[in-house]
Amino acid sequence: MSIKIDKLKCVGCGKCIEGCPGNLLFKNDNSKAFIKYPEECWGCTACVKECPMQAINYYLGVDIGGKGTYLNTKKEKNLLHWHIYKPNGEEIIITTNETEANKY
Amino acid sequence: MKLETKILVTDVLVVGGGTAGCYAALTLSRQEDMKIIVVDKANIKRSGCLAAGVNAINAYINKGYTPEDFVDFASSEAEGIIREDLVYSIAKNLNKVTANMEAIGLTILKDSDGQYITRGKRSIKINGENIKPLLAHEVNSKKNIMPLNKVNIIDYIVKDGEVIGAYGFHIQENIFYVIYSKAVICSTGGASGLYKPNNSGFSKHKMWYSPFNTGAGYAMGIRAGAEMTSFEMRFIALRCKDTIAPTGTVAQGIGAKQVNASGYEYVKDYGKPLTITRLFATVEENKKGLGPCYLKTKGISKLVEDELYKAYLNMAPAQTLKWIESGKGPSKDNLEIEGTEPYIVGGHAASGYWVDTKRSTTILGLYAAGDVAGGSPKKYVTGCFVEGEIAAKAANSFIKNKENKLIEEEEILSKVKFIENFLSDDDSMFSINALEEGMQKVMDEYAGGISKNYIFNTSRLLIASEKIEDLLVLSSKLRAKDMRELLQIFEIIDRLYVCKVLIVHLLERKETRWKCYGENADYPEKNENLLKYINTIYKDGKVQVIFRDLVKRDEIYEH
Repeated sequence: MSIKIDKLKCVGCGKCIEGCPGNLLFKNDNSKAFIKYPEECWGCTACVKECPMQAINYYLGVDIGGKGTYLNTKKEKNLLHWHIYKPNGEEIIITTNETEANKY
Repeated sequence: MKLETKILVTDVLVVGGGTAGCYAALTLSRQEDMKIIVVDKANIKRSGCLAAGVNAINAYINKGYTPEDFVDFASSEAEGIIREDLVYSIAKNLNKVTANMEAIGLTILKDSDGQYITRGKRSIKINGENIKPLLAHEVNSKKNIMPLNKVNIIDYIVKDGEVIGAYGFHIQENIFYVIYSKAVICSTGGASGLYKPNNSGFSKHKMWYSPFNTGAGYAMGIRAGAEMTSFEMRFIALRCKDTIAPTGTVAQGIGAKQVNASGYEYVKDYGKPLTITRLFATVEENKKGLGPCYLKTKGISKLVEDELYKAYLNMAPAQTLKWIESGKGPSKDNLEIEGTEPYIVGGHAASGYWVDTKRSTTILGLYAAGDVAGGSPKKYVTGCFVEGEIAAKAANSFIKNKENKLIEEEEILSKVKFIENFLSDDDSMFSINALEEGMQKVMDEYAGGISKNYIFNTSRLLIASEKIEDLLVLSSKLRAKDMRELLQIFEIIDRLYVCKVLIVHLLERKETRWKCYGENADYPEKNENLLKYINTIYKDGKVQVIFRDLVKRDEIYEH
């Protein structure tokens, strides 16, 4: 379970470092965020949601069936757009609305 | 490496800014002249159990049901080993705290008349993705609460038998904290990572409970000599395979049945469908070679599938990702399920501090709330809110007309030296991770982990006890290169203390009252003479055992 941070998109704002409940993220010499302890990630996606640049991609470890699909999120008022990218280039967007409860 | 010492003084210190801690702080903040510090090793915005969100409120008194019904339910699930007084005090306030959460922005599903839409007797449907940010936002908005993020508390400051504050360190800067307070509320949550987890490699932290809840509150209480209860009632969740995501949304939410590899609905063969039965039945089917076991979702409509995708994104996004990654959603494939490793947690089971009805622990000045407080299983999120409120009210009364007590500088210096020792340059033969793996292997093999189908016996437990003692000795030799590694060392030490006490509890309950949670092969039956609480106090280097009589719902229990 882990994340990969896109160095080109990261602006070094540090929000992910502040928000990670496991304190797993740090800054490298170029002031870009990186995950120092990828195997300690819970997969809560707190950092993904904190990132204002959609620079943090969340993926499943290969030991639990990961094949390269990843997701990131974009917030728009009450909406959270979950962008899911498959290795074949396909992109799926699922939108959750914080004012709508789960049906089940 | 040398540490700078910072001294803070407050009225009430809340250790752990999760579900119970934030609610306790908010309750205290209504006293305008009170100063409160909420300390958290991460940031309260997403720390604790609710980081990813939560699917439903599962402790609520729906129309037609009563708080008494809730107590009966909790008692039945725990085979009688609950503190009815505690559960009752929770049950009576569940709906009030839920209304408070709705008032600060939590979305709850309602019908056209504005009534909550229910899921069974005790659940309501919500959008819990942002529950923790909502709570943290409230805490951050209060002028008299000082959130102290990224600070890890390691021990209470005890003077003349009273808790007068706590020691901690910053995990990003070289700072040692001495925090004096007139009362301390412990709300650090339960303990995960004691046993070898389902995924032991790269995804080792893909688990049910927060992997960052490492039993600090239990360990600090144990070391300070607080009485603990019911550690032997472990909790093991039935979860989606690999992602360890919740199953309730599918099982209770859409009514999917548990089936084995040949499609047979097996749970009914194992007795009344309690939470434990659903787990035990799955373990047994696998033992018989009839697995994998599944929740039967095949054939659900595309509409339901889309709603499940969203529901899981709101609490456990890995599961939605897995469905999409595999190209087969729950409408095409049944959902494989498995039991997790055992956890020690007072929110689902009853492990934790032995508290009185006001949530005062057995040490003066120390209160406990949430998963770290024992005796009240099934409290879940809303029950943790209620306990935060009860503990806050008791702490507020306790500190009236009290002054802060301080300790001598010498005592502080000796604690600094103790910590700096872990930061010294000499190399340790064993790594922090190696010790963690060692502990998890011992617990898995000798104290009833996944590989042993959760079963243990006295011989195995005695071996576990010896090996955990060895690891405790080794833990003092670990060395950290920075403050983050120092945190890891304390997380190991704390878990070893929890294991040490847990093993004594498992040894003392010479019966099998709960399948999987506490299954002793030497005593396969229930023994009605053990309809008692098993409590322990760590004193003079030994874990001492106390058997206590059950407390009923109308009693006011005092220490």
